[in-house]
Amino acid sequence: MFKKFKITCDEATTICDKSQYKEASFIEKLRLNWHFLQCKFCKLYSIQNNKMSLLFGIKAADCKQHKKCLSKADKEKLAAEFEKMRL
Amino acid sequence: MPQEEITLNPDKWIDNYADYLFNYAVVRVNNSDVAKDLVQDAFFAALKSAKNFQGKSTERTWLVSILKRKVIDYYRKINSKKGKAEVRMNFYDDGENEGSWLEERVPQSWNNETEKDIENLELKNQLDTCIDNLPEKYALVFRMKTIQEFETEEICKELDITASNLWVIIHRARTQLRKCMEDNWFNN
Repeated sequence: MFKKFKITCDEATTICDKSQYKEASFIEKLRLNWHFLQCKFCKLYSIQNNKMSLLFGIKAADCKQHKKCLSKADKEKLAAEFEKMRL
Repeated sequence: MPQEEITLNPDKWIDNYADYLFNYAVVRVNNSDVAKDLVQDAFFAALKSAKNFQGKSTERTWLVSILKRKVIDYYRKINSKKGKAEVRMNFYDDGENEGSWLEERVPQSWNNETEKDIENLELKNQLDTCIDNLPEKYALVFRMKTIQEFETEEICKELDITASNLWVIIHRARTQLRKCMEDNWFNN
């Protein structure tokens, strides 16, 4: 029965990454936890992965705060090119 | 009651939509110069196909749909040009112990405490450097999913990849980022 739950470290860490986005299925989570019982490296990867997600979350929040716009010079250049195209 | 038909007004495109379109593009390609070129290409393409505009959507929606095609073309160009040439770091055995950690790549315990340093500007800069060092395709998918928080389905549709492909790319990107941060920050 447990054979069904056996996964490699590559598969386990892939599920671990997927679960960071809350997109791992119930079965995948079961397999992952079963794997953790036998693999200290993947367990460590998982703990550190949570910390990485925290970092990524801060980066994502930073990016959302900064709305990007074209400079006046860029707009003028774009307008000039656009006019050329229309002629 | 019949809906009022929308007409195009190219004279106002730059003033009304350039910033919106630029922001749309730069979020997706993460490069201001590429984004500017894509916006320009989209305006040119819109002008060429203006006669096909049926007035069923707003001007902005129509321009965004054209820009979206330009962004997808750009993604495809990246995929075909760099996809084959990119060198990725291997973390797992592909021989007898297929899928197990390679001895020299197993995760190491970290010395620095993330919680303590999380607002550190240098830490953020190091993270940016690590993301920039990813193969372009990994960086693109990682940014869309993790930084811009797009839905999986939307990314797959835009990049023409399957969900399985997406998770393999995300996994490879995150594994490389973890290693890069381990070597350059947490255990440095």
